[in-house]
Amino acid sequence: MKFIKFLLVGVLFGIVMAKSEAFSWYRIQEMFRFQAFHMYGIIGTAVVLGVIGVAIIKKFQIRDVEGNPILFHPKEKSVVRYLIGGTLFGLGWALSGACPGPMVVSIGYGYLSLAVVFLFATVGTLFYGLIKDHLPH
Amino acid sequence: MIEFISQPWSWWVSGTVISAIMFLLLFFGKSFGFSSNLRTICAMSGAGSISKFFDFNWKTQVWNLVFLAGAIIGGFISKEFLSTGEAVQISEATIRDLQALGFSKPVSVQPDELFSLEAMFTMKGFSMLAIGGFLVGLGSRYAGGCTSGHAISGISDLQVPSMIAVVGFFSGGLIMTWLIYPLIF
Repeated sequence: MKFIKFLLVGVLFGIVMAKSEAFSWYRIQEMFRFQAFHMYGIIGTAVVLGVIGVAIIKKFQIRDVEGNPILFHPKEKSVVRYLIGGTLFGLGWALSGACPGPMVVSIGYGYLSLAVVFLFATVGTLFYGLIKDHLPH
Repeated sequence: MIEFISQPWSWWVSGTVISAIMFLLLFFGKSFGFSSNLRTICAMSGAGSISKFFDFNWKTQVWNLVFLAGAIIGGFISKEFLSTGEAVQISEATIRDLQALGFSKPVSVQPDELFSLEAMFTMKGFSMLAIGGFLVGLGSRYAGGCTSGHAISGISDLQVPSMIAVVGFFSGGLIMTWLIYPLIF
């Protein structure tokens, strides 16, 4: 039962991705063609509220449900891994019109071909695990 | 109420709910990052025996798989109960651009040219699904996160690595859209 809250938050995520059309390949194309504000508005609103909220959590040292402090872990410093990895991700994002979350929302919506995309995303992650020691980080 | 919810949601409602999801997960002692699930699935499948990268206690990540299951259910609920069945409301300019590439005017939320089962069983169609997915999976792990982990969670914490990753996300997306799409469609 301790997992039920994660299931409900996941359901909310699926509904918001579907109802705001953010899981649509068309919307991702529109974004990369700079032809509407919609996707920028979604990400922008989430980030602005996120920055404010994270600052409040840090300032007042807010704790989580179990009473532990909410901590933010700085990601390791690098440029090359974020730039190259990010670019590879972006190529796939624009091609399939979906990042990992929206992929599974699409599957639930009935687009079963997105299961192929998700399966190969898992294969891509597996491939990264096999070659990571040979990649610049 | 249902009629109201069934309309497409505006950007500010969506952005607000997404940040609320991030804060709920933080409040539950976790963090918002969806692509970690791909690594967890590899680990669960026994990939720890071929790479140390997958040799970790994946049971600590089950909560995120439950979140993933919820996302699938959320997609299903949206389709079955909260949808008016309308086509996606994209701009006329995008419709024209996509028609020039051979995509017909949207009639639903995803193009049949890419995602119908007929397209999936063609060599070209399957290849595009597979390559797109592969690049997302490889790139997100190399960059240490996807849109949720970097663009939302990381930038909310003003982390420079996440900002660099998002520059990469857009570089790749623009290259694919403007340089590679005209070659493959």
